[in-house]
Amino acid sequence: MVQPLKASFPVAVVITSMITAVTITTTQASEFSGYIGGEERFFFEDPLSPVQHNSYLSAVAEPEYFHAWDDGTQNLDVKLFYRVDQYDDQRTHGDIRELSWTGVFDNWEVRAGISKVFWGVAETQHLVDIVNQTDLVENLDGEDKLGQPMLRASTERDWGTLNFFILPGFRERTFPGAEGRPRPNVVIDTDLDAIYDFSEGQDHIDLAARYSHYIGEWEFGLSLFSGTGREPTDFSPVAVTPDGEPVVVPVYSLINQVGFDGQAFFGDWTWKLEAINTEARSGAKKGINSFQTVGGFEYTLIGITDGGMDLGFVVEYHYSDKRIYENTIFDNDFATALRFVLNDAQSTEILAGFTTDADTQSVGSFIEASRRLGDSWTLEAQVRTFHGAKEDRPLYSFRFDDFAQIDLNYHF
Amino acid sequence: MNHTKSVLLISALLLTPLLAFAETDEEKGLAIAVEADKRDTGFEDFTANMVMELRNKQGDVSTRTIRLKTLEVIGDGDKSMSIFNKPADVKGTAFLTFSHAIKPDEQWLYLPALKRVKRINSKNKSGPFMGSEFAYEDLASQELEKYTYKYLRDEMLNGVDCFVMERYPAYEHSGYTKQLAWVNKDRYVAEKIEFYDRKNDLLKTLVNSDYQQYLGQYWRAAEMTMKNHQTGKSTILKWEDYKFKNGLKDKDFSRNSLQRAR
Repeated sequence: MVQPLKASFPVAVVITSMITAVTITTTQASEFSGYIGGEERFFFEDPLSPVQHNSYLSAVAEPEYFHAWDDGTQNLDVKLFYRVDQYDDQRTHGDIRELSWTGVFDNWEVRAGISKVFWGVAETQHLVDIVNQTDLVENLDGEDKLGQPMLRASTERDWGTLNFFILPGFRERTFPGAEGRPRPNVVIDTDLDAIYDFSEGQDHIDLAARYSHYIGEWEFGLSLFSGTGREPTDFSPVAVTPDGEPVVVPVYSLINQVGFDGQAFFGDWTWKLEAINTEARSGAKKGINSFQTVGGFEYTLIGITDGGMDLGFVVEYHYSDKRIYENTIFDNDFATALRFVLNDAQSTEILAGFTTDADTQSVGSFIEASRRLGDSWTLEAQVRTFHGAKEDRPLYSFRFDDFAQIDLNYHF
Repeated sequence: MNHTKSVLLISALLLTPLLAFAETDEEKGLAIAVEADKRDTGFEDFTANMVMELRNKQGDVSTRTIRLKTLEVIGDGDKSMSIFNKPADVKGTAFLTFSHAIKPDEQWLYLPALKRVKRINSKNKSGPFMGSEFAYEDLASQELEKYTYKYLRDEMLNGVDCFVMERYPAYEHSGYTKQLAWVNKDRYVAEKIEFYDRKNDLLKTLVNSDYQQYLGQYWRAAEMTMKNHQTGKSTILKWEDYKFKNGLKDKDFSRNSLQRAR
C-alpha cells in the first residue's frame, strides 16, 4: 500500500518547480538510473504467530531521474520506491523518496519538495538523525527513510554550515504487518489512524535547524528540532486479532529535541559521539525530559594483506534513560563489530558483530556483507540473531526470529 | 688543439658558478622539482573525465568512469572532487578532498543512497582508490613539500632524455619509502615512476604516456598505467576532456556542492 501524503503544500511546491524545470531548459545533464532487485529472507525457526511464515520473497525497484541545468546550480531529482512482499501487506509499499528542486543562489542553497537528509556519525544507531521518518519495514537497522516534504535553506561559510528546515506533512513510521517477520508480539496497525495527542495532528508543521563545522581533525554538529517526534511515544490497544494478539496503533507526540554529534580523528582512531535531549510537549509525558546517547570508536588496521584489506574494530555504547521512549532497545548496550574492507575491484565489505545488553545479558548478532558482481549487479547478505532477551524486554518477541537474507540487485 | 683546450678551459671556468649552485645531488633534485612545479603553476582549475580499467592477474577487466574537478590552491594542496558514474551501483558517489603536503588531507565521502556526507579518516593516504592499483596519495596533487629529492643520473627512456631522481615522501604515513622518477628534461613531467614499499621492495611502476599540452603550457598524460609487481594486478587511467580555467571557485568544492555533483 502506498503511504498517502496528506500535505498539499509540498506537492504544490514540487509541481511549480517541475514547471520551472521544463520552461527554463538550458539543458546540462539529464539522467535516468536506479536499481531493481529480488530478496529472500529465511527464518531458522517456526514463528511465534501462526499467521507468520518461514520464508519471504520480495522484489524491489527504485528508479531515479535527475536533471541539472544552469551550470549545475539548479536540479530536479525524482526517486520513486516500490517493494512487493510475498506475505507482508505492510512491507508491500511504495514511497516518493525524492521529488525535489534545488537551487543555488550566491551563498545559499534552497531545496523544495520531498527529500532526505542525514545527520550524525555513529554506526550502530542514528539518534540525531530526525528529519526523515524511518522506513522500518525495509530494514531493522533504521537506515532506510521515507521521503519528507521540506523547504530547506543551507549556507556553507568559513564559520560553518547552517541548515534551516520547514517540514510540513508528518510521515508515519512503517511497521511490519500481521504476517510480517520479525515483528513485536503485538500487531502495529498502520492502516488505522494513528493517534496524535495534540490538536493539529498530521498537519503540524515541524521546524528544524542544524549548525555543523569542522576544525582540523574535529567535526561537530548541533541540531534543534521542534515538532512531531518521529518515534511513537506510546502504542494504544485498539483490538485483538483472531489469534489473540493485541492490535495497537502508534501514538505520536510533539517534542523539542536538541542534538549534538561530534567526531574526531587521532591517527588510526576515529572517536564518535551522538547525544540527544528530548522534551515531550504534549500527551501523557508532557514536560518530561529524556536523555539518550551513543558513542564509541573505530580503530582501523590499514592494509593488513597484500591486496590492501583494512580491518576496523567498531565499539559503540548506547544509553537511554527511557523516560519517554520506554521500549527502546538500546538503553544500556554495547555494540562491537569487525569491519573488513577488502579494497578489491568488487568493493567487498563485511561488517560482523554483536550487541549486548549490559543489564539483561541478551545478545544480538549480525553479519552484513556486500560485493559487486560484474559491472551491474550487487549481492548483499545479512544474518541477524536474537538471544536471551528477558520476557519484559521488547526483543523477547524476536526470540524465534533469527534470519538470513540475500538481496540481489541490478543497477542501471 | 690548443684553441680547443682553451675554449674548454674558459667554458669550465664560466660554468663553475652555476655548478656551485647545484653541487649536491639533493640540490639538483630539488631544482628539478622546483622547475616542474613552476611550469605547472597557474592552471587555476581543471575538469576532466577519467576511465579507470582494473585488471587482475587473470586479465579480467572492470571499468569505472569518474569525473574530476580540481581547484589550484597556491601554497597548499589542491582541492578536488571526484564523482563516480560507473559502476552503476556507486553512481553519484563522490569524494571531496582538501589535500595537504605533509598533514593528513581533509576528505569527505558522499553516499547518495543514504544522502550521507561522511568525513573520512584520511590519515591513511596509502589505501587503494576504489579497488585500483592507485593509492589516494598517487592521485593527489603533487606539492613540492611532499618529498625530499635526490638527483641520480641522466638516462634515455624510450628515446626521451630524462633526469632520473629519487623522491622520499615527507608524509610520515606514506605507503612508500621512496619513488624513482624519470623526468622528461624538455617538459619537466614524469615519464615513469617506480614505487618502493615500506620494506623498500619494488611495489608498483607507473608509466605515463600520450602527453598532451593544454593552454600552451600544461602537460597532462592521456594514459597512465600502474602495474603492481607484487600482486600482478594493473590499472589503466584514460583521461579525456581536459578543460582548464573554468572559473571554478571555493564554493564549488563545498560539502553542499558534493551532494549536488553528478
